[in-house]
Formats: sequence, C-alpha cells, structure tokens
Amino acid sequence: MARSHKPIVWGLFAAGGTLSAFVLPVLILLTCFAVPLGLAPADLLAYERVLGLLGHPAAKLAVFGVLFLVIWHAAHRMRITAHDVGIRADTLVAALCYGIAAIATVAMLIVLPGL
Amino acid sequence: MSRRPYKREVSKGGWWLTQPRYIRYMAREFSCVLIGAYVLVLVTGLWRLSEGQAQYEAWLARVESPAGRLFAVVAMLFALYHTYTWFQVTPKAMPLAVNGKKVPGAVIVLGHWAGLAVASVLVWLLVVN
Repeated sequence: MARSHKPIVWGLFAAGGTLSAFVLPVLILLTCFAVPLGLAPADLLAYERVLGLLGHPAAKLAVFGVLFLVIWHAAHRMRITAHDVGIRADTLVAALCYGIAAIATVAMLIVLPGL
Repeated sequence: MSRRPYKREVSKGGWWLTQPRYIRYMAREFSCVLIGAYVLVLVTGLWRLSEGQAQYEAWLARVESPAGRLFAVVAMLFALYHTYTWFQVTPKAMPLAVNGKKVPGAVIVLGHWAGLAVASVLVWLLVVN
C-alpha cells in the first residue's frame, strides 16, 4: 500500500478539534468578554500580568500546545472546506492553509521562550 | 455507455445552500475560519507582547475596539457551534461499552459537556487567580 501523510494530518485535526471543543469557548470568554462583562478584575489582560502568567514554563507549554493543535485543526478543515465550496486548486489551497499554520507555529516557537 | 448520458446539474460552489442540513454542515465546516482567525489574533498578541508594553497595549486596544468585540462575538458563536457538533458525533466516533453493555449515546455526549464545564472552570481559575 502506498504510504500517505494523511494519518498525521488527520491526527492533528482530531486532537485540535477536541482541544478546541473543550477550551476555546473559555479562552474567548477570558480574552474578550471577562473584563467588559465585569466577571474578572480589570487588570486581567494587563501587560505585566500576562507576562507574569507566561513566565512559568508550564504556561508557555500549555499555550503552545493548545494554539498549535487548534491552528492545525483549522488549517486542515479549511483545506477540505475549500473543495466543498468549489475551489479545486488543492495544492495551492493546502500550501496556503498549512503555510499559515506553519508560520503561526514558528512565530510561537520564536517568541514564547523569551517571554 | 449511452451517447447522451444524463448529467444532473449540481452547482459547484452553491450546492450547500439548497438544503437546511447542508447549511448546518457548512456552518460546522466554516467554524474553522473563525477559530483559525482567533488563534492568529492570539499569536499576534504573543508577538506584540515580546515587542514591549506599547506594542502589546496597541494590540489589546484593537481587540477591545468595537470591531474586535464584533469579531469576538462571531468567533464565540462558531466556537460553541464547533463544540456542539464535535460532541454530537462522539457516540459514533468512539462508542463505549461498560461490562459488555453499550453506553447510550446521550450519556457519552452529556459526559463531554460535563468535561467542558470542568475544563472551563479549571482554565478560568488558572488564569484569573
């Protein structure tokens, strides 16, 4: 049987989809709604505070793990959905989707260790 | 093969608008656009954080602008719809048996919603406290 890279992409898709289902709603709540709705202190997202939170290696690892898996999930689904809406240039679409996910991954790898 | 085979007209890009369940399917698939965009917003935030306080606060101001808030509302709706659809298929994706008896699908789905509640409280406590 021909070897295929599908299991890897599919694995990332499933892991990212699951993680996204469990933690994305609370993440959006925290980063966009908690302060204006008065659910959390006003300094929740203040510069010093966020730097302090990300100072812990475990926090860096958690942030990288979640964002990495979720962006690859989204990239893969976007590639498949492009076909559904009639776009047939799959090689180009795949390069774009996975390329953006790869750029986001590399950006986190550059920036996170130094925070 | 006949000389003039019958070909049903199917619109390449608009087929999913023809039935409500196709629209629901596309809403589920489209959730990745909002989810992906939201992750890119956060990754940009991490980048700005590394550039210093002024850059980070400019990023935060955009997140907190009316356009940023509108984006957050739409992203939240699609993220929740993704969660709902993801949990709905779990009985089929991973059927469960206890002592040789099949666990009802509704129990598996409810278990996932309970998991969501626990995960949300945990993340909230870790970030807010």
